[in-house]
Amino acid sequence: MEVLSLLADGMLLSLQPLNLMMILIGVTVGLFIGAMPGLGSVNGVAILLPVTFLVPPGSAIIFLAAIYYGAMYGGAISSITLGIPGASTAVATTFDGRPLARQGKASLALVTAALASFVGGTIANILFTLFAPVLATVALSFGPPEVFALMLLAFATFVGLGGDDIPKTVFSICFGLVLGAVGFDQISGAPRLVLFDYNGFLQGIGFLVLAIGVYGIGEMLWTIEQTRGEVKTTTPKMTAKGMAADTKEATKRGWKGTMIGSFLGFFVGILPAAGATPGSLMSYGVAKMLSRKPEEFGKGHPDGVAAPEAANNSASTGSMLPMLTLGIPGSPTTAILLGGMVIWGLVPGPRLFVDETEFVWGLIGSFYISNLAAVLMNLAFIPVFIWMLRMPFTILAPMIFVLSIAGGYAATRDMFDIWLMVGFGLGAFFLRKFDYPLAPAVLAIVLGPIAEPTLRQSLLLSSGDPSIFFTRPVAGPITIIALILIFLPAIKLLRRKRNTQKKPA
Amino acid sequence: MITRRSILALTSATLFATTPMIAHAEDWQPRKPIDFVIMAGPGGGADQIARYIQSVAEQKDLTNRPLVPNNKGGGSGAEALIHVNSASDPDHTILVTLNSFFTTPLRQKNLGIDIQSFTPVAMMGVDPFVLWVHKDSGITAFDDYVAKVKEMGGEYVMGGTGAGQEDSIVIAFMSGAYDLDIKYIPYDGGGAVAKDLAGQQIMASVNNPAEAKGFYEAGDFTPLLAFSDERMPAYPDVPTIKELGHDFSYYNQRAVVGAPGMSDEAAAYYQTLFTEIYNSDEWQSYLTSESLSPLWMDASEQRDYWALQVENHQKLLAALGE
Repeated sequence: MEVLSLLADGMLLSLQPLNLMMILIGVTVGLFIGAMPGLGSVNGVAILLPVTFLVPPGSAIIFLAAIYYGAMYGGAISSITLGIPGASTAVATTFDGRPLARQGKASLALVTAALASFVGGTIANILFTLFAPVLATVALSFGPPEVFALMLLAFATFVGLGGDDIPKTVFSICFGLVLGAVGFDQISGAPRLVLFDYNGFLQGIGFLVLAIGVYGIGEMLWTIEQTRGEVKTTTPKMTAKGMAADTKEATKRGWKGTMIGSFLGFFVGILPAAGATPGSLMSYGVAKMLSRKPEEFGKGHPDGVAAPEAANNSASTGSMLPMLTLGIPGSPTTAILLGGMVIWGLVPGPRLFVDETEFVWGLIGSFYISNLAAVLMNLAFIPVFIWMLRMPFTILAPMIFVLSIAGGYAATRDMFDIWLMVGFGLGAFFLRKFDYPLAPAVLAIVLGPIAEPTLRQSLLLSSGDPSIFFTRPVAGPITIIALILIFLPAIKLLRRKRNTQKKPA
Repeated sequence: MITRRSILALTSATLFATTPMIAHAEDWQPRKPIDFVIMAGPGGGADQIARYIQSVAEQKDLTNRPLVPNNKGGGSGAEALIHVNSASDPDHTILVTLNSFFTTPLRQKNLGIDIQSFTPVAMMGVDPFVLWVHKDSGITAFDDYVAKVKEMGGEYVMGGTGAGQEDSIVIAFMSGAYDLDIKYIPYDGGGAVAKDLAGQQIMASVNNPAEAKGFYEAGDFTPLLAFSDERMPAYPDVPTIKELGHDFSYYNQRAVVGAPGMSDEAAAYYQTLFTEIYNSDEWQSYLTSESLSPLWMDASEQRDYWALQVENHQKLLAALGE
């Protein structure tokens, strides 16, 4: 097969000493940048872009891709050990990663994250290698109605979960949607919900501001209140034998989430509007929905770590696809990679695969090698990350607080956002006391700003007729599945009521 | 026609004439990374240019601190204008503009933006607009396009950037001139518009050549009409709307401006920096390959140009009913 020989050439290219060195440095740097709260792959790639001018273009893009990969792995680390998402793509990882760490199973969570990321990356690479041109057409067939239908499906996976308090979940989603609507309206350009006329609200409420507020500050306050500062210090195992046992358990209890995340993440990633964050959140929702024990999600289920981690890695490979084949970046990080490519005289777009065969396959080959390098590096560093957890809580808690504030400031460079973050942290603490789930609000603030404009664009297309979501060949089935999922719990509830009414009669 | 050589001569003359000022400006250097704000989302024309400029600066090692691109495309660029207008450190904040630099403050007076308070840095070029259709539509000439739009009776769908922005102005003029009834779908940037034309979610667009070039070269897009003053060298067979008897041309400005309140020393530093980038082989070849027109101006000429553009856009927006 021609594709395979091209790929083999590409892999050989990335195994050349210089390129291999770039990969190793790239994934290590990426791993640590990703692990810093607030700093994500975007910052890493932007900061290190100048370094790449010292080497030939092929090696440079390999270096940037390696950082991107490393950061995707690294994001999970602070999500699990500290409970603060290291990057927006790793928010869903905190849902189950943090509970696992508190049960003294941090190493299990970290191993699961690393392995799931590896599988996600590998599956995405294989899909990329075999179907890149076809998938580019799939991405193009997603117009506004299809994207909206997909967003509806994402919300449905979060509402339609049995067990949770549905009215509270809906409230939480609505709260997130309102926060997501703050700022400028894309369609009319008019400002909305500028509370108290603060200019800070004009820029909208950043997703990281909410996520760090809720998970960094809110979570810490909750822990302090629950334990009165006397957190049981767990001594996590970090022996080779322990790691082997973790690997076994991760494989056994996380494979399903990994598979869901790998395919769903890749698919969401190739859509230019979406990127890795929605992909990982959706995969978490779907994994919970399809699980035989959905009630264990949120309390420390390996599938809950595996699904978002497999998805964010898979999606980051996926988002390279619209960048390379259409010249449209699927994520902020790929936007920077795109800028890098232009200066090296490479024109991303439909002709790239034909005109620059060697470059394209060298890059794809390096994805495979980077992914392998990243998983090995990550596994090697796990004992170091575990060591952080052995710190007494009285030291760890202030550290988390400082990291949250510093990370939040690094991301937005705006003091207004810091105050907002503290506000969200306090709010999250009280909402949690009243048993409101917070994950749906975080999901809504990510997906709301994608869903709203596409809904309005679709209705403009159809002159206000909502049947556009049902009649289009791709949007139709997605919308119907989403609606079924949304109403399923209500139907179940009605049936249960009828059954209980029947019994006494 | 201004040649590269004459620009160089002009610049060196300016340098000579203002040696004391430049020597003084040499004293000022950025002390931290420069906030390089972009008035548009990732992927569109303005974003491509900003990233290209950043890459040139990095590659040639022109700045001692990096330019850090910062996309703020919300509210037709209002987000970026507010961010720069209230910058806490005006000496380290610069903005890549497009025409929403003129239209957004006009449409939203409550933002309190006075563009004349911004600091002129450099006019890197102006970007023309072209009418594109997908090749599968079978339309190859502008006349066929007009006939098709009329036949569809209000169902012909075009995409473009937000309401009151460049694309909508161009499309509104064309619709008025040919009595066309077009359904307009706003997007958050030119990149998304081009992608949805490639996927035939919309039927036509007025993308800048830079945004549509990849799809044109792959044979997916057909250019029908140019909104430039003269025919473009890269598209010699495409007529201009002027040739068809309408006195209209429209360009998107690709200029760099500094935050209000920037010190003269910092302004001189950025003016020297961007002059150097403008004169680089990289930028000059970018202008050619992406069909931009050069329109070099010094600082005071830029201020006059802003005033003229505000006046022109006032008329255009009034005609749009904004």
